[in-house]
Amino acid sequence: MSIRLYIPIDSTALSLGAERVARAIAEEAARRGIDLGIVRNGSRGMFWLEPLIEVETVAGRVGYGPVTPADVAGLFDAGFLSGADHPLALGRVEAIPYLASQERLTFARVGVTDPLSLDDYRAHGGFAGLARAIGMSCAEVVQEVTDSGLRGRGGAAFPTGIKWNTVLAAAADRKYVVCNADEGDSGTFSDRMLMEGDPYCLIEGMAIAGLAVGATQGYIYLRSEYPHAFETLRAAIARARTAGCLGQDVMGSGRVFELEVRMGAGAYICGEETSMLESLEGKRGTVRAKPPLPAIAGLFGKPTVINNVMSLASVPTILARGAAFYRDYGMGRSRGTLPFQLAGNLRRTGLVEKAFGVTLRELLYDYGGGSASGRPIRAVQVGGPLGAYVPESQFDVPLDYEAYVAIGAMVGHGGLVAFDDRADMARMARYAMEFCAVESCGKCTPCRIGSTRGVEVIDRIVAGEQRGRNVALLNSLCDTMLNGSLCALGGMTPYPVQSALKHFPEDFGLVPDEDNKGA
Amino acid sequence: MSRPDPDSATDRLARVRSIASAYRPTPGALLPLLHAVQNELGFIPDDCVPIIAGELDLSRAEVHGVISFYHHFRRTPPGRHVVQVCRAESCQAMGGEALEAHAKARLGVDYHSTTPDCAVTLEAVYCLGNCACSPAIRVDDEIVGRVDAARFDEVIAELRSGEASA
Repeated sequence: MSIRLYIPIDSTALSLGAERVARAIAEEAARRGIDLGIVRNGSRGMFWLEPLIEVETVAGRVGYGPVTPADVAGLFDAGFLSGADHPLALGRVEAIPYLASQERLTFARVGVTDPLSLDDYRAHGGFAGLARAIGMSCAEVVQEVTDSGLRGRGGAAFPTGIKWNTVLAAAADRKYVVCNADEGDSGTFSDRMLMEGDPYCLIEGMAIAGLAVGATQGYIYLRSEYPHAFETLRAAIARARTAGCLGQDVMGSGRVFELEVRMGAGAYICGEETSMLESLEGKRGTVRAKPPLPAIAGLFGKPTVINNVMSLASVPTILARGAAFYRDYGMGRSRGTLPFQLAGNLRRTGLVEKAFGVTLRELLYDYGGGSASGRPIRAVQVGGPLGAYVPESQFDVPLDYEAYVAIGAMVGHGGLVAFDDRADMARMARYAMEFCAVESCGKCTPCRIGSTRGVEVIDRIVAGEQRGRNVALLNSLCDTMLNGSLCALGGMTPYPVQSALKHFPEDFGLVPDEDNKGA
Repeated sequence: MSRPDPDSATDRLARVRSIASAYRPTPGALLPLLHAVQNELGFIPDDCVPIIAGELDLSRAEVHGVISFYHHFRRTPPGRHVVQVCRAESCQAMGGEALEAHAKARLGVDYHSTTPDCAVTLEAVYCLGNCACSPAIRVDDEIVGRVDAARFDEVIAELRSGEASA
């Protein structure tokens, strides 16, 4: 039997040279006449160790990393194929504290299995949720999801079960399930990691959603910045269809569910659900006014379930292990787990799946190891480019949807971007407005014009022109955008702007107001 | 990559017509169709717009409106390689602005421009999903992480030497 070796094919691992390492290992093995079975797995999400090579030994999977092509001959010499010691040796990968202390439900298989192997997927619990759903009525499946407490992981945090119930109750000749895989937020990469590392998990979640609401066609709307994920999903859908897990007779149930992956074209606004529908229909991605809700009149005017990747990928676990199992994780009304993404200026960036209630401080320091630069962490943008900048004084607030709303921030998609004390927060506020101006769909005035005026007003504040008047003007402009925009792009750009202004006024040339600071 | 001669209008229009008619039955066909045209020709020439509009029963204005709305679609040919530099927050937190300045100076062009030897088109991008290894760039379909000025120069040198040996 050949020796089994795991080398990630995840985009981030590839961006650090995993392909060259894989080639070097294959060549070195051939030169030494060693028979290797190389599996290209997803990433475990410990990016300071990538490329992370794992060898299957009697003692479990032993890791080495970060490996460069120059290390390869030495690893062979040291006997890494039998798990021998070496300066890059990490021991049993699953015992690494960063990984061992996580609560991986949605990411249980990512980095463990061969992403495209259906046998591997089944051997690790795959399709158990779909099999159970097939034996239940539509209403029972929806109830299970409702009881789990799952809320949309895309940012708005709307209860998933309620959304599904609306689509189930809508009468129509055709219904759709659309997966919003337009992960455009800076600091977020969990969707990409899951699609590249465990695509069947998303496919299974979508098939369950289809059965639950009576939809026969699904679409994954993927951003064009993710070419590797596109190829992986296409291959996975084809294999799942051939194996009868999708198509005209899903797992022998007599029920139909077809699935297609569609590529976006570089428009952040298409992450907004109604813009995404326009784009899927072949139009400019402009926002639709609501009502009607997409659950009633969505894609091509038909009732449509729209969920993001993490919401749909949470569903197989909920069905396989029951609503109560999932609901037992978390706190308050934030149930289950969220894959937090540690990005920006951190020593140990990566993916950490934990139950809600973990704090920023734990994620930044216990997991992230503090800043990469060794300087103090000054601000963390939580939840993407429309999320607030959280200052150090709030690092102990538990990550819970309601607790974050209470401090004027949002958990969003669980992306954390850390900045050290060299960050210029006035510049970051200006960038937020500039980003909104570049990406606005142009349909509503507060977003289209307000963002451009916002850049100008911030420039005037920084330049010291009539600071008091211009700060008042900026706040009034933010108020207009917040209350007058059609969607979250214009409606939430004030979050990063106003949080930067509130917590870091000195960067705008303003005197900190102690009375206001803690508010 | 073997592409039809983009200078030959007849060649190109025939290709577009065949792509467009193949996508005609697809619901919401315009985006996948435009991707297919751009993958084939490298860009979406203006003279293809009436053909696409005709095949999908849309107005020329609708087709033009879609092409111009999305950052990914281009109406002019790019260089032989497209290099995108990420401008989003995570990359900024790790020195992305300095990298942007270096990229522009090194290539001698601004964003949305192509080097005089047509080797590289430089573009800005807002997040490549590689935020754990910022700053990041994309070179054609490959992502490169933890890019500083020296790494950027290496990547560009590899592109140019790859062309020389090809």
